[in-house]
Formats: sequence, C-alpha cells, structure tokens
Amino acid sequence: MISTLGRFSLALAFGLALYGVVVSVLGARRRRPSLVESGRGAVYAVFGLASFAVLLMEAALVGRDFSVQYVARNGSLGTPLFYTIIALWGALEGSILLWIWILALMTLLAVVIEGGRSREAIPYVTAVLLSIQVFFLFLATFPANPFTPLFPPPADGRGPNPLLQNHPLMAIHPPCLYAGYVGWSVPYAFAMAALISGRLGEDWIRTVRRWSIVAWGFLTIGIILGGWWSYAVLGWGGYWAWDPVENASFLPWLTGTAFLHTVMVQERRKMLKVWNLALIITTFSLTIFGTFLTRSGILSSVHAFSESTIGPLFLAFIALILLVSFGLLVYRSDGLKAEGDLESLVSRESAFLMNNLLLLGFAFAVFLGTLFPLLSEAVRGVKVSVGEPFFNTVNVPIGLVLIFLMGVGPLIAWRRASLESLRRTFTIPLILAFLGTGVSSFLGVRGLYPLLAFAAAVFAATTVIQEFVRGARTRRRITGEGYLAALSNLTRRGRRRYGGLIVHLGVVLVAIGITASTVFRQEKEVTLARGESLHLGRYQVRFDELSAWQEPHRFVVQGTFTVLNSARKVAEMRPSKRFYRSEQQPIGTVDVRSTPREDLYLILSSFAQDGSSATLKMLIRPLVMWIWIGGAVMALGALVAIWPDRRRVLAAEAAKERVAWQPGRS
Amino acid sequence: MHRMLLHLLILCVAWLWSPSPAIAVTVEDQTSSLAAELRCPVCQNLSVADSPSEMANQMRDLVREKLKNGESPDQIRAYFVSRYGEWILLAPKRQGFNWVAWLLPFGAILAGAGAIGWVVGRGTARRRSRQKEALPPLDPRYAGRLEAELEEWGR
Amino acid sequence: MATWKKLIVPAIILPVLLLLAYGFKTDPRQVPSPLVNRPAPPFSLRAFDGGSASLEQLQGKPVVLNFWASWCFPACYEEAPALEAAWQAYRDRGVMVIGVDIQDRDADARAFLERFKLTFPNGPDLQGKVSIDYGVYGVPETFFIRRDGTIHYKHVGALTKQVLQSKIEEML
Repeated sequence: MISTLGRFSLALAFGLALYGVVVSVLGARRRRPSLVESGRGAVYAVFGLASFAVLLMEAALVGRDFSVQYVARNGSLGTPLFYTIIALWGALEGSILLWIWILALMTLLAVVIEGGRSREAIPYVTAVLLSIQVFFLFLATFPANPFTPLFPPPADGRGPNPLLQNHPLMAIHPPCLYAGYVGWSVPYAFAMAALISGRLGEDWIRTVRRWSIVAWGFLTIGIILGGWWSYAVLGWGGYWAWDPVENASFLPWLTGTAFLHTVMVQERRKMLKVWNLALIITTFSLTIFGTFLTRSGILSSVHAFSESTIGPLFLAFIALILLVSFGLLVYRSDGLKAEGDLESLVSRESAFLMNNLLLLGFAFAVFLGTLFPLLSEAVRGVKVSVGEPFFNTVNVPIGLVLIFLMGVGPLIAWRRASLESLRRTFTIPLILAFLGTGVSSFLGVRGLYPLLAFAAAVFAATTVIQEFVRGARTRRRITGEGYLAALSNLTRRGRRRYGGLIVHLGVVLVAIGITASTVFRQEKEVTLARGESLHLGRYQVRFDELSAWQEPHRFVVQGTFTVLNSARKVAEMRPSKRFYRSEQQPIGTVDVRSTPREDLYLILSSFAQDGSSATLKMLIRPLVMWIWIGGAVMALGALVAIWPDRRRVLAAEAAKERVAWQPGRS
Repeated sequence: MHRMLLHLLILCVAWLWSPSPAIAVTVEDQTSSLAAELRCPVCQNLSVADSPSEMANQMRDLVREKLKNGESPDQIRAYFVSRYGEWILLAPKRQGFNWVAWLLPFGAILAGAGAIGWVVGRGTARRRSRQKEALPPLDPRYAGRLEAELEEWGR
Repeated sequence: MATWKKLIVPAIILPVLLLLAYGFKTDPRQVPSPLVNRPAPPFSLRAFDGGSASLEQLQGKPVVLNFWASWCFPACYEEAPALEAAWQAYRDRGVMVIGVDIQDRDADARAFLERFKLTFPNGPDLQGKVSIDYGVYGVPETFFIRRDGTIHYKHVGALTKQVLQSKIEEML
C-alpha cells in the first residue's frame, strides 16, 4: 500500500512540476498574473507531495515494511530506531528523495521570501527551480524509484551499510551537505531569471548574495562534518583523503567562495558581471557534477552508491545545463558590460581577482587530479592513481598564498591603495607574522611549508583582530561605550563586513589545526600482551583486557586500554571491532579523546582469539579540535553576515515608498 | 621602539636560518614514508601507511623487510609497480603524459595571473589617457608667467 | 562578445563531457595485471594437509593458481565446486590446481576446505608475500600459468566452469 501511494505521489509531483514550469514561463512571457499564481501553487503542491513521500518512506522504514524494496535493502529488524530513520538517505533512491524534498523546500522558501521583492523575476526563478525538480522527480519516478515494490516481501531486511550505523553524525552530515548543494540552485535560478529577463540590478545582487551565503554556509558545515565523519568513523586516523567524492563536494565550495568575493566588486564598481554569472553557473553545475560522480560508477570512491543506470542521465542533464546557461550568458553578454575599470594591481579589486585566480586554480587542480585517472586510461590505456601526495604537493602552496591574501583583501583600499595606507594597515600584521614564525620554529616546527603556514595564519588572524580593535576604538571615541558594547554594535552595524572577517578567522583556525595536526603527528603500532604498555609522546597506554558480546545486529569485540601520563591515569579508552552479518570484514571503531590541545586516537588493529594479546595503533594529533571549532566559526560568520539588518530593511522600504509615491502619477 | 622591533626581526630571521639538527633516518621512518606513497589495493584512496586493513599491514611488513635487506626505495617502488601496475603508486610518476597533471594547474594559474596583469594594465592605461584628456588646455596668458614668478621667488 | 571568447566555454566543456562519457565504459575497480605473459613469480607453500607446493616443483605443468579466503562470500563459495571439478577432470592430463588462502584464520580455512571437500593442494599465505608477489588486490583471483612458467591469464572474481575449461584447454 505504501509502495503504491508513494509511487503515485512522486508521479503526481513530477507532473505538477512540469506543469509549474510551463505555466510560470507562459505567465511571465504573456504577463498573465493568474498563470504565475498557478505556478506558485504548483510549488506548494510539489512541496506537499514531496513531504508526503518522505513521511511515507519513514513510515515504511520504521514499520519495517519489507514489501518496499528500499526498506528491504536498507532496513532490518535488528537495526536500532535512530539508524532506521536516517536510513532514508543511506542509499541511492532515498538520497534522491531527500534531494527532492530539500529542493522543494528551498523553492518554496525562495518563492515566499523573495516573491514580493523580485516580482518580475519570480516566475522565471520558479520555472528554473521546478525544471531542476523535474529532472530529479523523473529519476525518482522511473529509473530510481524508492517505492519499488518487492514481491514476495522477505522476512528480514539486509540493514543499512554498517559504516552508516556506526556514528550519529550520519544524521546531520548528509542533510547539511545536501542543503549546501541544493542551496546553490536558488542563486542559479536568479541568475537564469536575470539572463532571461535581461534585468540585473542592485536588488538582484543582494538577493543572490543572501542565498549564496546560506548555501555556502551549509556546504561548509557539510564538508567539515564529512571530515569529522571520516576521522571518527572510518577510523584511519585522518580527516581528508582526497577521495573523489570529497573533492566533488569541495569544488563548488571553492567556486562559490570565489563568487562571494567578486560579487562585492560587482556591487561596488559594477564590473565583472559576466564573470560572476559564469561563476554561479559553474558552482551550480559542480553541485550536480558532485552527485553525478557518486552515482555514475566512473570513479571508485568511499561514497560510491552502487553503480546504476542513472549516470548517463545525469551527464545529459549537466550537458544541458551548461549548454543552455552559457549559451544564454553569451547571448546577453553585450548588455552586461563593465561600468568601471581595474586601475591598479594594488587594490581590493585586484586582490579579489587574485583570490579568484587562486581559488579557481585550486579547484582546477582538484578537478584535474580527480579525473586524471580516467584521462590517463583514455589516452595511454594505463590506470594511474592520484591521491594524497599529489594533492598535497599541488594544493598546499596555493592554499598558503590564499591564506596570506585573506589577510590582505578586506583591508586594502578600493581602486588604488597608496603606499601610506599599506604601511598603516599591514606593518603590525607583518611583524607579528615574523614573530609567529620565530615562535613556531622555537616550538619545533621545521620545514618551509609549515613555517609559512603559521606565518600566513598569524598574519591573517592579526589583520582580522586589528580591524575589530580599530573599529571598536573609533566607536568608543565617538560614543564612549564600553569595549564589549562597541564590538557588538560595530558588528551589528556592519554585519557583512564583520561577518566576513569572522569567517576569515574561522579559516585561520582550520588552517592552523590542519598544519599542526599534520606536522606534529605521532604514531606507533605495537602488539601488546595483557598488562603491557605502548609508549608514545608523554603517554603510556596499557592493554587491560579484551571483551566481546553479541548485539541484535552485530558482534562486538572491544579492547580496554588505560592511558597514563607519567603514572597518572588520564583516561580509559575502548576501541573495538564490530562484525556485521552482511559484511565480510569487520568494521573498526576507533576511540578518540579530544582536547583543545591534542587528540589521542586509538585503533584496535587486530587481536588474538583468546584475548591474550591485541595490536594497538595509537596516534597523537595536536589541535585537531581547532578544525571543527574553525568550521563552526566559519558558519557563525556566515550567519552574522546574512542576519537581516532591521535598519537597512526599514531604509529600503522607506526608499521604496518614496519612489512609489510621486505627485501627479496615478 | 623601532630599533627593538628591528632587533627582534633580526633574531627571528637568524633563528630561521640556523641549520636544524640532523634527523636520524630510521628504517621505521623510511617504511612510513614509502608506505605513504603506495596505494592500499583493498581500500578506497588510502595509502598503505594509513590503511588499517590486513593487506596494508602485510605490505608494510614487506617494505620494512626489503629495506632491512638493503633495497633502495626506488627498487621497492619498482617492485610494487611490476606486480600491481602504475596504479599502486598514490601519485602519478613524473614522466611523460603524467606531467600534464603536475604542471597544468600551475600553468593555468600563471596564465590567469598574466591575464589579470594585462587587464589591469589596460585599465591603468585607460585611466591615464582619461586623466590627460581631463586636463584643461593651458591658458596662453598664464603659460609663461607661473614659471617666471617661481624662478624669481626661488632667487 | 568577441568570437574567440564565445568559443572558450564549449572548448573547455566538451572534452570534459566526452571524457566523462568515456568513463561509463571503464570499470574503476578492474586493474589489469602487468604480470600477464611474464614469468610467474616463484612461491612455496606449506599445505594445510602437511604437504608442500612450490612453483619450482611444477615446472613443465600448466598451473591454475587460485587465491581465496573463507570470508570471501559469496564469490569464493560459488567457484569452489567448479575448481574441484576442474581438478578432478584435468589432473590426469598434468594440470595442477593450487589454492592459496590469504588473510584468514586456520580454523575458518579448514572449515571451508571441509565444506567443499577440496582435494587439490591448499596452503595459507601467512605473511601475504605470495599474494603481494602476484599483485592480488581482492579475492577471488585466479592465475593460469603455462608450462613454460609464464602467466597466461588472470581472472578476477568467481570462476565458472566454462572459463576454467576454456582457459585450461588453451594451455594444454
């Protein structure tokens, strides 16, 4: 019954989405508000149907309804409730359903929030968003239907992939990441609307930027959570392996960040209009490309959903998007000429252009590295691997310059920066950067790249702090308020600027975390008999005992280890190996003890059957927590940046009123 | 104040340039660094150094044994390539077509930097020509007087 | 917009799309072995039943070298009967079938042998040296070695009766 209802609601949604596209376009071209209204109704209906489908699927999963093939494959009687609920996005068909629902939600929000402000553009925005929805609904209705029935229904399901049952992070990482991916559909829709209608003004920039920051924020959180998942769940001691799907999520983040910077140049100087539109199109295309990579089977990856036939469909969709979008852009390019000029290499415009250059260069390196195995096979017939050594060698220098530039960009003057202004702004940060390098060297950092990394980080951090301090000091001089009040008012008045600075601070924290955890990493692997200890750094880890027990869905073997620091007990840690019915190899579960200073990471590599000995691999990685904290700071900065400013809203509305009322006009 | 900062700067630079103590390269270190270059065949994109799988353990042991037997890192790499193919190396060998992967990103960035430089140059040239046009033509009545008065004043 | 600018985007995008389309024809998990038509690496095993097997001893005979594990389900379980049947059919004609058990536990391996009543020599690869020497990256994998000691063919995945028959015939 659920299967039938589900298939029906998806098919209906598909039809309604198609209808919505047609009716919105017609309504816009023929200026018939009734048609546009009908399109809006389609948006509501699609959201309602998508929500209904999601609820149906959850009902099937929780109810262990194995007559639905998806439930039989991804649920089981023994799977705990929590993991059963989140199995919704555990496999291909369900993940498409999630995408559909988030897209429907964003379409609804876009139409409702922006409907009043962008009256001319909204029909086209609706049409574009519903067109994207049509594609995904087509996938869900035909080749990848989550409600495909299974007859006869089996007695028990297979259960989700054990890797997806090991950690509660699985509940937030995919939805956040998808919100980040799908979020970019909205700026894209507005970009297309602008190109179709030929109108590209200040309002448009504000709207597009707001939605871009939202998408960017979710994407950032999604990527950072992915790193955390890799670290805590996959259990190999690292948080980023340059796996194709990790790279695929990183690519739109890079181009999206580039866009968020040059859109400021467009706003100030009315330049780079074509460039920014191209960036939005590219970012959106890369989000679709990312999901294509996971589902096409052309690259092997940790994330690969099972190979399926929808790969070619995705490729065709991407080709269509690129063709139509860039075609439109070229067609309209004559009307998008720059109204300003680049006047100097030492200016904020140039700094932002260099930021773009490096971000896109970074993205290009990642893109090329990810696809190079395929290219090599096509050209030479030889399979090669492109992994961490390559990406680190190519990307680290680019990243270093980017961090340095991050300190320069927000502070350097527009148009042309005089030598005097440069001296005033950057002397202290540069000096502190030198000192920072000295300190790091004293603390044991060796090697050019790590030292440069700390120098750039200190430089960028100092510029941010300097901005806040100087701003607060100026306010205090005028208003006489306390430091805290000055800082808070400063931020409130200039949310975009100071939100951006907070994001930069977050990036610095992440960079420091990555550098320190790599440079100061220690590891050791030893086989221990009961009572023996492993020595690493200041710690001694004693193997106490091995215990084993059966759970409904798995068999667990756990080692208990006591961590001591010069005979003082620090912690008891319990890495384990979990044996699932459906898996050939056990899934290792690591135990991590995180403090702001360092992470202690224990992996149970192997054990003797009788529990007499265990092989333990231990890692000490300093400052890993800074990476997660930095990610949170970045998200916070994004939140600050888009928080609606009561004053500006009132001013804008007042301005509109003034314009709306003019003597003598009817 | 400035002199103190200058001294501090010199101290830092001197510290940086001081030679670091010679690092003893143990067999363990070599094993780790070689293992980091090899791809674990049964994992997704992990190196033999990172992978917790049993196959990776066995490969690490083999690398250690070969190093103890006196084989060079190059020989060990060649051994694995002869058994698994180029695919076993986690970064493409720097030869032939693989140079495309290593060099193209930097080439693209340089080309982009060149493009930015050119656009900025064009903008600067345009600004300069605009400024020149913007200057009003010199009034002939005052053309020579300013010069003459300045000279007199200078004397 | 200048013509050359209009052509930049398609010039970049088209090759990428073509490359991705090409990707559908390849299987990222299949890695061709560089050992085919090369001399087979020497190995020597102590079999489960106490005997021993080494490549040296088998010179002049065609060899079917099969890598398996008891945890390799379902593929190894599917091909075990076919291997035993091939062994029975061809041993009189001089063909040797050898099984190598990798990354496994003694008890589990013996249970596997017992379950399928395998009579051809099987030995554990205790330190993984043999599997690494043969570039094994998964189970099951089977190497067909000619009389002259060179590798004729490498089969990845479960063997079927047809493949076994045809490849052995090719070597005879």
